[in-house]
Amino acid sequence: MIDTLYIVASILFIYGLKMLGNQKTARKGNMISSIGMLIAIVAALLSAKILHWEYIVAAMVLGSFVGVVASKKVAMTSMPQMVALFNGFGGIASLFVGWAEFQKYVYAGSIDAQSEFNLLVIALAILVGAVTFTGSLVAYGKLAGKITSKPVLYSGQQVVNVLILLTILVGIILFSFNIGLPPEVLIYIIVGVSLLYGILFVIPIGGGDMPVVISLLNSFSGVAACITGFVVSNNVLIVAGALVGSSGLILTQIMTKAMNRKLGNVLFSGFGAPSKSAESTQDLGDPNPITVEDAYYILEAATNVLIVPGYGMAVAQAQHAVRELANILKENGAEVNYAIHPVAGRMPGHMNVLLAEANVDYDQLREMDDVNPNIEQVDLAIIIGANDVVNPAAREDESSPIYGMPIINVDKARTTIVLKRSMSPGYAGIENPLFYKDNTRMLFGDAKKTVQGLISEFKN
Amino acid sequence: MGLLIFVLILASFLGFELISKVPSQLHTPLMSGSNAISGIAVVGAILSLLGSFQVEDELLRVIFGTLAVFFATVNVVGGYLVTDRMLKMFDDKKEDVK
Repeated sequence: MIDTLYIVASILFIYGLKMLGNQKTARKGNMISSIGMLIAIVAALLSAKILHWEYIVAAMVLGSFVGVVASKKVAMTSMPQMVALFNGFGGIASLFVGWAEFQKYVYAGSIDAQSEFNLLVIALAILVGAVTFTGSLVAYGKLAGKITSKPVLYSGQQVVNVLILLTILVGIILFSFNIGLPPEVLIYIIVGVSLLYGILFVIPIGGGDMPVVISLLNSFSGVAACITGFVVSNNVLIVAGALVGSSGLILTQIMTKAMNRKLGNVLFSGFGAPSKSAESTQDLGDPNPITVEDAYYILEAATNVLIVPGYGMAVAQAQHAVRELANILKENGAEVNYAIHPVAGRMPGHMNVLLAEANVDYDQLREMDDVNPNIEQVDLAIIIGANDVVNPAAREDESSPIYGMPIINVDKARTTIVLKRSMSPGYAGIENPLFYKDNTRMLFGDAKKTVQGLISEFKN
Repeated sequence: MGLLIFVLILASFLGFELISKVPSQLHTPLMSGSNAISGIAVVGAILSLLGSFQVEDELLRVIFGTLAVFFATVNVVGGYLVTDRMLKMFDDKKEDVK
């Protein structure tokens, strides 16, 4: 009976995930997967005599409350950090399950009777769960602006990381074979060092690489749940965990491809640290700043407009104003499209979510590969808080750290207006020659205020 | 144990197959939806608290197990609701368009 419920739950997860991958069925898919979760939880509750209901019920009630409040309160612009936080919670749950199972053996006095495999999976659940937890917390901090989103690099970083990994490896081997220090002591070392490793793993990764990191950590949380399945010998955890682990890896791969980078490169190179070559002060000329009023005349005359949003639009919460401006331009007779770079923003698909919130039509959203072939036909490209994804250095400058990354070629549009707070380089700290081109106009200021200013110019 | 590993390998392949081609606008909901699924650790957490024992005797186990249930529940509930909120925006828009 219980096994049947677990099988049903697993099937619902598979269907749910499949439907999530299709626009028409996505919402239903999510619901189906949540029903699967409910069934799995009921099955677990039915599976044996529970003497201590009160703890489970209290934890579930409190957890549901926190989950409901957090998911209702969060602004769409804060979605990346919310997802990172939830992800971290999944990781620490796996850690605690592994630890609780270990304590069971301790209380039963049966550690010596456990197979190496049983101890190994506990150690691995703790390792992956801990790395997911602290890694996600650091990602959360970076995304929420609570800690610097710049890569944190120090000399000897690689050596420190290798030493820590070796410590974990040795600790896990000793723990599994029950040699050297007693497992009751080793487990504290494994927990502590794994938590530390999660922090060190994410701090050297820059803000611009967050889409990759978030989807990788998402994959990790699945792997952690999967290993926990081996700890408690439960198939539904293994199936669900493996589904998340492998689909997360695919998403990670899509993201790294969109940036033309290798995963290893993202994780170990500290991308975005000002590199020597990028610092060379070549003379790019002077940018051409304009006022909102000047920009209005350009907008007014444009007939084919391409809007390229980036993380700056999210920060300024400008998506609603942007849509209003786009509508005005359309009424003015212009064709308006949005070009979405796959890694614009801080999580996969970030811009799509924001524009959906602002009620922008699907058919106006264009992918990079659709817009680039016809970009010469665009009168006016409006860049709103995007930087690296429109940086022509990725195409032209072989010494640039982002050389080879596919970009939206707005520099080939007839005119480009860049909405930006100041001339300071973006997250990746790379100079953008686009800002100095003769047909580029810089419109400085907060994106939302600037767009609202343009709207009121039109209304006058 | 061999059977569990068999299940693991099959499920991993299935995950790769299911997600190989997803439109980019679904990347975020897909990620947060699969993130909610990883809250399946809640089942492991419940299982770790099963059985008859005295709480005073096995205090650490109860603390860890309860914390695990709490965090996994936040992950599950929050993850599904947030995903639904995002997908609802996509849906609402479809109806708005004519």
